[in-house]
Formats: sequence, structure tokens, C-alpha cells
Amino acid sequence: MQPDIAQIWEWLDQVPDPEIPVISVVDLGIVRGVKWDGDTLEVAVTPTYSGCPATSIISLDIETAMIDRGIAKTRIKTQLSPPWTTDWLSDKGKAKLEDYGIAPPRPAGGPARCPRCKSQNVSRISQFGSTPCKAQWRCTDCLEPFDYFKCI
Amino acid sequence: MDPYFEFLCRMGDNTLILGHRVSEWCGHAPVIEEDIALANTALDLIGQTQMWLGLAAEVEGKGRTADDLAMLRDAWDFRSALLVEQPNGDFGQTLMRQFLFDAWHLEMLKGLTQSCEPRVAEIAAKAVKEVQYHVERSSETVIGLGDGTEVSHDKMQAALNLLWPFAGELCTPDAVDDAMHAKGIAPDLTTIRTAYDTHIESVMAEATLTIPDSRFAHKGGKSGFQHSEHLGHILTQMQWLQRAYPGATW
Repeated sequence: MQPDIAQIWEWLDQVPDPEIPVISVVDLGIVRGVKWDGDTLEVAVTPTYSGCPATSIISLDIETAMIDRGIAKTRIKTQLSPPWTTDWLSDKGKAKLEDYGIAPPRPAGGPARCPRCKSQNVSRISQFGSTPCKAQWRCTDCLEPFDYFKCI
Repeated sequence: MDPYFEFLCRMGDNTLILGHRVSEWCGHAPVIEEDIALANTALDLIGQTQMWLGLAAEVEGKGRTADDLAMLRDAWDFRSALLVEQPNGDFGQTLMRQFLFDAWHLEMLKGLTQSCEPRVAEIAAKAVKEVQYHVERSSETVIGLGDGTEVSHDKMQAALNLLWPFAGELCTPDAVDDAMHAKGIAPDLTTIRTAYDTHIESVMAEATLTIPDSRFAHKGGKSGFQHSEHLGHILTQMQWLQRAYPGATW
């Protein structure tokens, strides 16, 4: 008896992103499809940034998580189109990012507020950060630097 | 010679060689934010290389992989433009080279998102989002340094004078470009040139820099006919491990 697709999505939602472990790969919006192909589970994954070194780790983590749930055969299918967008981050994921200290992406192009003190007085340090998906900002009230999950 | 394979190698070799050049800055940039920005840019470019050369290897159909193309070809088989193999020079020269490339890259990728080849359109749609960030940063830096102090202005003007004759090759069509345009795979480079010139002119005006009054363009990189001596030096470093220990993995 194969686990149904809704069950698989629930399990995938427990696989953490390797760089930002407070959100799951489902929260991140990179799991684009799940289906059974005979006895093989096919999971379509789209990369965040084309050179993101976490991509191969994510594939490995998904396969391992499925093995732990008793699914012997998982095939990861890389899907480029449509390209990943931060619009696919779940609301749950965005809230968890802010709790973790990373300002969630906004279409307006910058963070709404400091994730620590909630001040709206923020300024950009650099549009690149510690991982391809983040930019560096600082709060001009509490003076703490913070990561902003940039919009793409 | 299959023009489609040639074209894919051009796209992938440009991003590979520039990605390698930019990565040479890792740990050496003037401030940490710029160090991180350069490393991130290099990472995007290497990621794009995997997609372009991966497709090139498939199209070639001889069982080679993206890694084989990147690590086991010699200089004469590279199809990168002369601009991307130019040395880093100082920080300003690196960012000038980056902007002259990014401005072309952005227009080219926008055009390629309309390609009749779905695989090409897919890669372009992915890459164009990253390149928008690259061009935003490189143009802002060129403006900041050009319209900065007397010293930074003079260094940026010297960088533009040095690199300008290498920029034209990217926008000058040859038989491969014409074949790709005729098939609907790639855009017409003469229309790219128009958009490119407009972009360059507006940024250089804001940067208070003067574009050299010459359309002379060095050629021979993207055709592979005559790379500059710099490419061989890049390859000796980039390919050293796979040459010394063939098939090494870790």
C-alpha cells in the first residue's frame, strides 16, 4: 500500500532547508510536484539560485527522509521552468523566517521592518549576503545588522 | 560544426571564464561586503555554466558532460568572448568589466527567454533573474566610483579605455549568431547592440565617464580563432586538478 500524495507532502514539509533549518523545503516553495511512477516516487524540485550549493544537499535530504518513511525508491527531478520565485514562500515560512531573524521578502524590494526590534528604519548594506538568496541590511534604531531574504 | 552547439558553448564559456575570474577575488576584495558580493556573482555564473554546458553536452551527443567540457577542453576549443578573460586589474577594473558584460548579458538573456527552443528559454528565464541583480550592483558601483573622487574617476576612465575595445565582440554577429537568429533560437545581435549602447551611455553619463570614440572591436574569442594569452593562464589554474588527477572526485 503506497502512502497517498497528501501524506507525502506532509512528510516533505518536515524536511528542513539545510541553510535555514527553521523552514521546510515545502515552505521554501521548491517542491513543485509529487507523483507515483509505478513503485518510484517522483519529486520535482526547482533550484532557488542556479549556483546554490544547497541544491544537491536538499535532494539528498529528501531522498533520505523518504527512505526513513519506508519509501525505497525516490527520483528527484530537477525542474527549471517556471523559475523559482520568492512569491512561492508560504506564509508560515515567512513568519518563521522573521522569528529566526531573517526579514522575509517583499515585492516592494526591501524589508518591512527590523526582524529584531520591529523598527521600520532600516537601510541596505549590500544586496548580496551570506547565501545567494539573502541581502545584508541594518536597523538604524537598534543598530543590529540582519539578513533580508531578497525578492526574486 | 554545429552552430547550436557552438552557441551553447559561447553562453556557457562566457559564464564559466568570468565566474572563474571573479572568484579570484574571494578573500581579497577591499571590504567584506564586496568580497561576498563578488563571490555570490561568481557562484551564480558557475551555476548558469552548469545549465548551458550541460545542454551543450546533451546536444553534442558524444557522451561528454558539462564537467568534461569545462575541465578537459584546451584554449582553442573555448568560445568565450575576449572581454571575460581579461585580467581583474584593480577593483574598479573588475567592476567595469562586470558592467560591460552584465549589460550585454541582461539583454541577451531577455531575448533568449523568447527562444523557440524551450530548453534555452527555460535556462534564460532562470538566469535573467540573477543577472538583474548583477547589473544593478555593477552599474551602481561604476557610477559610484566614476562620479567619486578624482583618483577613483581616473581609475574607472582608464578601465573603460582599456576594456571598451573588448566589449564590441559580444554584440557583433558572425555566422553562428546569424544561424541562431534565423532559426529563432537567439535574438538578433544588432538589436541587442542598440539596447546595449543606450544602457552603457546612460550609466557612463551618470558616472561622468567618457566612452572612447571608436567602434574598433577585438575579435577571435567567441569564434575560438584567437584568444588572448590570458585564457591559457586561467585554464592552467582552473583545470589543474582534473589534468593532474583525471577523474578525481571528493
